[in-house]
Amino acid sequence: MFLINCPFCGERDQSEFSSGGEAHIVRPKQPTELSDDEWAEYLFMRKNIKGIQFERWNHVHGCRKWFNVVRDTSNDKILSVYKMGEKPPVNYK
Amino acid sequence: MKNKYSVFSLIKNAFSQHENWQQAWGNPEPKKEYDAIIVGGGGHGLATAYYLAKKHNLKNIAVLEKGWIGGGNTGRNTTIIRSNYLWDASAGLYDHALKLWENLSQELNYNVMFSQRGVMNLAHNLQDVRDLKRRTHANRLNGIDAVWLNTEEVKKFCPIINTSPNIRYPVLGGTLQRRAGTARHDAVAWGYARGASDMGVDIIQNCEVKGIKRNGDRVEGLETTKGFIKTNKIGVVAAGHSSVIANMAGLKLPLESKPLQALVSEPVKPIIDTVVMSNAVHAYVSQSDKGELVIGAGTDSYVSYTQRGSHNIVEETLKAILELYPIFSRMKMLRQWGGIVDICPDASPIISKTNIKGLYFNCGWGTGGFKATPGSGDLFAHTIANDEPHKLNAAFNLNRFVSGDLVDEHGAAAVAH
Repeated sequence: MFLINCPFCGERDQSEFSSGGEAHIVRPKQPTELSDDEWAEYLFMRKNIKGIQFERWNHVHGCRKWFNVVRDTSNDKILSVYKMGEKPPVNYK
Repeated sequence: MKNKYSVFSLIKNAFSQHENWQQAWGNPEPKKEYDAIIVGGGGHGLATAYYLAKKHNLKNIAVLEKGWIGGGNTGRNTTIIRSNYLWDASAGLYDHALKLWENLSQELNYNVMFSQRGVMNLAHNLQDVRDLKRRTHANRLNGIDAVWLNTEEVKKFCPIINTSPNIRYPVLGGTLQRRAGTARHDAVAWGYARGASDMGVDIIQNCEVKGIKRNGDRVEGLETTKGFIKTNKIGVVAAGHSSVIANMAGLKLPLESKPLQALVSEPVKPIIDTVVMSNAVHAYVSQSDKGELVIGAGTDSYVSYTQRGSHNIVEETLKAILELYPIFSRMKMLRQWGGIVDICPDASPIISKTNIKGLYFNCGWGTGGFKATPGSGDLFAHTIANDEPHKLNAAFNLNRFVSGDLVDEHGAAAVAH
């Protein structure tokens, strides 16, 4: 368990949030054009990184807003929080 | 077998104060080259090596383990074994494993303490009742024993359950698989390790894989902390770390790794002689031969490799346990731990070739791989040896995420996989 600094409400317990998984997976612009392989990639394939991961969270028991988090999945340390639509911080890769 | 365990060997060794037992498996340094390498020395990996040597006559095999054998999820699960899954493909897979369990102690000459004490799955609302009855019928059509019990029969089978209609999630009935049960998890790893080592398999502990060497579309070997090892067949059975290994070969898998927790209580006298699972309230409990209550909790909702898990998950599970078993209210919990489970979108495993020649994956078992250990090893060995899946694991290929032919077992698996 850890604390997440919601960009709208401030620091709250992780149990108030719901994880939305890997961030920056772009929804296909023209779904009808997609091959089966591309659908599989979009729907199912995940980086599942051990280390620094960019991910989405929803403050489901708070402001109910979505935002992005940079977190190290090997120790659950949160390195950065940024709003939807903002560019991901460049100093993590 | 060079040193068969029997009542006579026990008596013989008693005369020397049990100081002359042979080492059960070797501790070799890696050779330069192997015919096949299994990455991951848990139950599934060791079973794979065992069946490769035994049934497919491959003798030059190594199992690489980054820690110690059976120290990952094999030693962290709640040891439940059952095969009451919904779909035909899963029924075939898990019942194959259950049939192997029934003879495993004899097969390995190692007591895995397989105990067919029955597994009961509880229903708490009308939809649970419908789903579980449907699953009972599906099981019986597939030749898997399953019965539906009403509330009184549940109470009779396990008297300590609170069947009052006034609790938050009343017990409306349940299913029972009598052939299901538990086994001693460490013994499974040790038994397979001893059997494999006897047939010449090199079990190499404290050896972490750092890279996969590829030549175009085929594998050539592994970079490890003990140097480069050449091979043209690699079977990866790395559970929570499957995606990490896949990444080394430039592959992406449909997996998310999450912490799953379990806990045990102080040991008490026999009080529950079966396994009771409740998917709806996230509680499952059995009692070990030592007397501890073995309780399985849920997974955290986020990707993590920390092998800890959150406290609120444990709290929720214990709340449910206390409502169903008020008799446990004064029990003290002794230990709590987490393991990293690799969860597939359809809650079914992957036992499959990949588009890289010589690279095979056995992963995605999520929260419930222990029950399948012997079957998984047997079928994965077949897949590696023949470069083709066995008919029992053909449906569990990696390509199902492209074709859409998923094996959706969320109902039978849930968190209490």
